[in-house]
Amino acid sequence: MSSQAWINLAYLTASMLFIMAFKLLTGPRTAVKGTYLGALGMAIAIIAACCEKPIALSVAERGLWPLVMLASAGVIGGVIGAVMAIRYPMTGMPQMVALLNGFGGAASVLVAGAELSSTCNLAFCDNAKQAATAAASLAPWTQFAIATALTGLIGAVTFWGSLVAFGKLEELPQFKKAWTNPNRHWINLGLAAATLLLIWGFCANPDRTILYWLLVIAGSALGITLTLPIGGADMPVVICLLNSYSGLAAAAAGFVIDNAVLVIAGSLVGASGLILTAIMCQAMNRSLLGVLFGGLGTTTAANADDVYAGKVKSASAEEIAMVLEGASRVVIVPGYGLAVAQAQHAVRELANALEKRGTTVEYAIHPVAGRMPGHMNVLLAEADIPYEKLREMDDINPTFPETDVAIVIGANDVVNPAARTDPKSPIAGMPILDVDKAKTVVVVKRSLSPGFAGIPNPLFAADNALMYFADGKKAILDLTNALQ
Amino acid sequence: MSPTLFPALPQLFAAAVTAEDPASRFIRLLTVFLLAMWVGFEVITKVPQRLHTPLTSGSNAISGITVVGALVVAGALSTATSTLLGLAAVVLAMINVAGGFVVTHRMLEMFNPKKK
Repeated sequence: MSSQAWINLAYLTASMLFIMAFKLLTGPRTAVKGTYLGALGMAIAIIAACCEKPIALSVAERGLWPLVMLASAGVIGGVIGAVMAIRYPMTGMPQMVALLNGFGGAASVLVAGAELSSTCNLAFCDNAKQAATAAASLAPWTQFAIATALTGLIGAVTFWGSLVAFGKLEELPQFKKAWTNPNRHWINLGLAAATLLLIWGFCANPDRTILYWLLVIAGSALGITLTLPIGGADMPVVICLLNSYSGLAAAAAGFVIDNAVLVIAGSLVGASGLILTAIMCQAMNRSLLGVLFGGLGTTTAANADDVYAGKVKSASAEEIAMVLEGASRVVIVPGYGLAVAQAQHAVRELANALEKRGTTVEYAIHPVAGRMPGHMNVLLAEADIPYEKLREMDDINPTFPETDVAIVIGANDVVNPAARTDPKSPIAGMPILDVDKAKTVVVVKRSLSPGFAGIPNPLFAADNALMYFADGKKAILDLTNALQ
Repeated sequence: MSPTLFPALPQLFAAAVTAEDPASRFIRLLTVFLLAMWVGFEVITKVPQRLHTPLTSGSNAISGITVVGALVVAGALSTATSTLLGLAAVVLAMINVAGGFVVTHRMLEMFNPKKK
């Protein structure tokens, strides 16, 4: 077998390991194994890459130093990545993932750019011997150019989009306000037109590397202008979409350098991101285009004063503790507010206190609660809350009528019964957690201010609802104390 | 098997072993791409919602596979530009790979109760 065949076999092994890694992600225990297999696959692919012919030729020509150079670059990157991942607080996971994702996109842009530079060099060299190679590398120009252009475009959108998403999630002051320039659709349209023109121009003249870099610049601008207007609650969709893009950029880079492992791994990631995007959009009852270009619809919602007038009952920690004392089943509904208040450990304490009294405590997780898919699960897992107690929406909704107390912490739109009852509501039809069906609902919230959808929540005025106005963490601690 | 039954077969084989033309190269990669997308859809729809964050960060790590391309293009030492761009790509992709796997591992550790 030729050495290239061995290398390809190694790539095939790596690809199978990646598929296994995804396959093992069906349970938290097997998932750990899956991560190891994924990392093993990556290691195999990296070693195989170092045996590729171009590198072998450089080594034959100049000794070991090209390998040393590659290894040091790899180690530098690896150490930076690992240190970032270990240092970053668990609550900052959404922005950490966004940032890492961006680096992957940028790497794909550079790979395609580097390949372009080296191919052009080969193709337009005067040396007769290299001219022969040039003929070979010139032949696949069109496909090569399209793949290169797509890599540059998708990668640049991924990188800058991810940086903006990082800024928003990190709540940097520059990103506090969503960008709502009325002309933004025209700006996006103009950038999209420029992008298409550049792709066309580059495919016609792939030897003009400048066109590639202009395309990367246009893609960068597009990444920024597309992500800037997107609001906080839509972040899960953006994260999934950018994740998908980074995979597609890697797959496109695979087309550029004719490498199947890039194509396979890239398309697996692309598929995963697309599925998650679809799930997130569905859970918010929004179309993908609506998230990307819309902002929320302008359907008229009921007036807040009419909904709440005189019907909102506020309760103190002691009163709520009394209700909880008689409860045999309690369901806790966390929302993004819980992450903001960093109240996950306090929630765990409250659950411990309740469980000590013989109460069953479970957690109802809405698919879009938080800022990334599954955000609440990670947050609660950090506080050592058993995985089995975290229940998905469809799973727990039928049990709310048998629930004595539902405690809603920092969630709003995902428990708004208007989604079920009011066909004119902007969130009409959105799947929600049916907490209003519980015997008593305790809502821990700072004020009656609306959630991201900007609409009042009739739940707060319901007969079985008690409002507990306080900061999430302090509220839960006081409640736990009152219970003991 | 008589050669007259399949007269074109030897020529077909001969064509297959000669260098691939760009269009068939593209189709070959496209085949891999579409089949892998399909496998991806099948496998990933089975991941429970509770594990969507590890799925996001794990797939994120795997998207760092572009490091393979970065290594090859940097190690070829073709031009100064391509080498420098390739090296930068190696660093960025490795941040993605290492960061992604470590973060995923950290998260999954939390899902599994610590052994006491």
